[in-house]
Amino acid sequence: MNPSVDRDAGFPAHHYLNAGTTVRSWLLTTDHKRIGVMYLGLILIALFLGGMFALILRFEHLTPGPTIMDPVTYNRMFTLHGVTMVWFFLIPAIPSVFGNFFLPIMLGAKDVAFPRWNLASVYIYAVGAAFTIGAMIYGAADTGWTFYAPYSTSTAITVTPVLLGIFILGFSTIVTGINFIVTIHTMRGPGLTWMRLPLFVWAIYGTSIIQVLATPVLGLVLLLVAVERIFNFGLFDPARGGDPILFQHLFWFYSHPAVYIMVLPAMGVISETVSCFARKNIFGYRAVAYSSLGIAFVGFFTWGHHMFVAGQSTFDAGAFGVLSMFVGIFTAIKVFTWVGTLYKGAIRFTTPFAYISGFLFFLVFGGMTGIAVATVSLDVHWHDTYFVVAHFHFIMVGAAMMAFLAALHYWFPKMFGRTYSEGWGLVSASLIILGFNATFIPQFLLGNMGMPRRYYNYPERFQSLHVASTAGSTLLFFGFVIIFIYLVLALKYGRVAGRNPWGSLGFEWNTPSPPPPHNFEKELPTFTRGPHEYQVVPEVSNVA
Amino acid sequence: MNEFLRRVLFLPEQASTFSRQVDSLHYFVIITTMIASTAVGMAALFFFVRFRRRSETQTTPYLLPPLWLESLFVVVPLTFFLAWFGRGYRDFVLLQTPPKDAMDVYVMAKQWMWKFSYPDGPNSIGVLRVPANRPIRLLMTSRDVIHSFFVPSFRIKQDVLPGRYTQTWFEAVQPGNYQVLCAEYCGTNHSMMRGEVIVLRPDEFDTWLADQRRGLVRSQDGTPTPDEDELPQANLIRQGEQLAVRYGCLKCHSIDGSPHIAPTWLDLYQRREPLESGETIVADEGYITESMMDPRAKVVRGFNPVMPTFKGRISAPEAAAIVEFIKSLRSQPLEQARSRRPVYEPIRRP
Amino acid sequence: MSPEPEVAEHFANAQVQRNAVRLGMWAFLGTEILLFAGLFAGYAEYRSLYPEAFFYCSRHLDATLAMIETAVLITGSFAVVLAHHYAGERRGGLTSLSLLAAVATGGAFLALHGVEYVTHFHEGALPGRYYTLAEIPIAGSSMFFTLYFLMTGLHSLHVIAGAGVLAWLALRAARGPITEHKYNAVELGGLYWHLVDLIWIFLFPLLYLI
Repeated sequence: MNPSVDRDAGFPAHHYLNAGTTVRSWLLTTDHKRIGVMYLGLILIALFLGGMFALILRFEHLTPGPTIMDPVTYNRMFTLHGVTMVWFFLIPAIPSVFGNFFLPIMLGAKDVAFPRWNLASVYIYAVGAAFTIGAMIYGAADTGWTFYAPYSTSTAITVTPVLLGIFILGFSTIVTGINFIVTIHTMRGPGLTWMRLPLFVWAIYGTSIIQVLATPVLGLVLLLVAVERIFNFGLFDPARGGDPILFQHLFWFYSHPAVYIMVLPAMGVISETVSCFARKNIFGYRAVAYSSLGIAFVGFFTWGHHMFVAGQSTFDAGAFGVLSMFVGIFTAIKVFTWVGTLYKGAIRFTTPFAYISGFLFFLVFGGMTGIAVATVSLDVHWHDTYFVVAHFHFIMVGAAMMAFLAALHYWFPKMFGRTYSEGWGLVSASLIILGFNATFIPQFLLGNMGMPRRYYNYPERFQSLHVASTAGSTLLFFGFVIIFIYLVLALKYGRVAGRNPWGSLGFEWNTPSPPPPHNFEKELPTFTRGPHEYQVVPEVSNVA
Repeated sequence: MNEFLRRVLFLPEQASTFSRQVDSLHYFVIITTMIASTAVGMAALFFFVRFRRRSETQTTPYLLPPLWLESLFVVVPLTFFLAWFGRGYRDFVLLQTPPKDAMDVYVMAKQWMWKFSYPDGPNSIGVLRVPANRPIRLLMTSRDVIHSFFVPSFRIKQDVLPGRYTQTWFEAVQPGNYQVLCAEYCGTNHSMMRGEVIVLRPDEFDTWLADQRRGLVRSQDGTPTPDEDELPQANLIRQGEQLAVRYGCLKCHSIDGSPHIAPTWLDLYQRREPLESGETIVADEGYITESMMDPRAKVVRGFNPVMPTFKGRISAPEAAAIVEFIKSLRSQPLEQARSRRPVYEPIRRP
Repeated sequence: MSPEPEVAEHFANAQVQRNAVRLGMWAFLGTEILLFAGLFAGYAEYRSLYPEAFFYCSRHLDATLAMIETAVLITGSFAVVLAHHYAGERRGGLTSLSLLAAVATGGAFLALHGVEYVTHFHEGALPGRYYTLAEIPIAGSSMFFTLYFLMTGLHSLHVIAGAGVLAWLALRAARGPITEHKYNAVELGGLYWHLVDLIWIFLFPLLYLI
């Protein structure tokens, strides 16, 4: 079965973007697609802000001494970079944009289970963001995004407004998570069994479970820090019998699963796009589906690997270390599956595929350096150095960001009905992949040398690697600028995409581009096959 | 080989017994990582080319992995991961278990400096002298927030917590100077909270220690270095001033002589104070400290007994700092006070 | 005002809608449990660090009063079950009354709890640096009261929220017929109230009895 590229549909006359053109029709929409687009706008602003903070930090690091700012500003800058990127970009990026847009369509539903709550989640995000930005302007937060007590409970610099902003944002995450779980459980179309779900849906499902279970603990611990700052009850203060390590346990209990909130949806995107661009079935559907749940589950039990030298017991260190090894295996299964999908495929190297390539390399390298830091004795040297910074940027930028860009470039034609310049797409993908390597590989070496994190000034011997890293970051920046330009231009001037420009078997391509307000032109679809089955499945499965 | 890999990976010198152990595992893990990611990258690249789409109507086979292949790709990585963990955890336990004959050194971290003291011996700021080839156990605590004691050349790191002692140990293999860095963000000058471990030959160390204890060394390590002097916390008097603000002392005690709810601190030190009970005492270190801990015991005449107790709230070093601050509050600085000649009053004849 | 449709447009039928809203509420209850879980974890740690202080401080609390508070909350849960039953029978008036009874039990709980708090304020059994209870000068006693106030305080906030929800549902039940939507809403509100009750059932023995 070879779905040919379908250009017959042309640009539809009525679609979700022009059904109601007043500002009010957008501000009060319950259409999950419009909500996805609104999230896209909001998170791109967060990406821009977070990216600017990062560039400024990198420029400060051009010289070992003071370069462009004083130490307090620097400390605030890295705090805000972390807060903005983690909570306002990475966590919502794929689920709140592409999850919102595509989940109902993939399930054959008209909308998510709770459309008005979905709209509320956008506003909650916006209020949380407003608090945090307001806090930034009023000089907030020099604690790092990890808010370790007792520094966070005692620093003279205001912290509470930022805590409030993140606390509010947490509700947006929880609402989205609940919405997706209920939608997947109760609103699948006729014939759509669990084993026929697109792997993106499995990934979103796993992500939503983590969001729902982990975020409340974050809410609590941030609340406790705020209470400590205001009332000084001493919950984390040794002078009053408190234990600073309790803070770390509570914080990382959320924050480790949080990284899976960031990376699982990325893996879902890769499953969709690899299958599409290799035009082949996923090499082990069940393995990928179950490994998403595996990551969600086991990921809750590994938080102590952030605390190997924090003062916890050796037994704890051992337990958390070994569990971290297991969580790595689920990723290994996925990587094996994706590469196996390429085998004997019919690969078309497009812009989304360029990002997939980057993703594969960065996920393996970044993931294995994760295994390396989980090897407890090695982490003693690497903890709180640039090695860890490089490791998590490999995953958050190298993997999650690449997947976000892959998703954006894969689904842009569906969301907006037009295609972009493939040439510029490949150019910017190359810039980004190159720039990424140039920025973060030197940081692994800096970490090996012993360069600690969050250092405003540093010993001179680290300078050349810092300069190299900064140079790379400017490349990264230009890559993003180019993407922004050609995508915005494509919105207006791009070639009409048609229903299915990629020839994908994903369910979302069965509807026009852009889709009509209620997703489907006629009746709701029924499902007779899975979304990755590019061949008719023979009676006896044709195993190579 | 070890030296080659060490340089290629930008690792610092291997100055402790632990360094070489850790590095050998490091090489194994990192090289496997690089091989694996390159292999995956190469495989992907090869597949991109070999299996590129040749026509729009090209078909692909429906493939599922045989169980043995899937298992292989699970079992082989898991074996590597668990083997690494096994070795890494064993090394970690070694690091957490100081030998019984280790020499103890107390480490005290505060924003933003390291202080070292030997159980019977001298204290020093920022510099730790140890003998080579002898296990040294560090017993560490913090005065304020969480810090982390990191010596890259030794491959050791341990968080230093307030209200608790944490420990780590090392055995330096050769004399030299090795940098200490703070590895847990602790505020404005976190990046300047550095120190040095000076490893001496055992005989040199013994000589140095003996000299220190006899007070024969010309420059005591305890003297603040010029840049430390800029940090208020290095100066006990300035620290005392900050504490007086923090604990609210200055709400009732003035420092310029003006009368207020409580006796003024200006010229308090060594002042003779009449008490409510009728006695007179001299406000020395003992009295000032007692007033902080048990203020109702000896109340100065003319003042109400309203001072709260700071017992359990102010630690001993903090109380000492406040006393130093009070001592420094003189209307006439000592150095500049001129000696007074005797004054003779003419005898008034009736 | 046109009546809202029995089944929202995006749901296939009433059964799907019912399943969806129920699953949504259970998921939300899960988040509330995780919220309190962090405080329970803190309690576990500090209890193991200061067993003596926690023992004496727990004796110091008024377990009888707390027992009454427990009975009051359980009565409220019973009232909510009644409300659900009447809503199922589409009897708006009785539904409304049952819900109001539950709200009243919430108010009673808060009042009794307030009495506890006032006592503690007067005797100095307060968190952290405000602790001045001379009878129990052991290390860790202020930590007990920190946890006590944080846990019961957070719980009381949820009682207020729950009571508010039930009051609003009572109002809606009194006006107009019990539609599919209102029936679902009573069930969901009831679930929330039960969770608030359940959290107290755990707090009570941990703080007052052991």
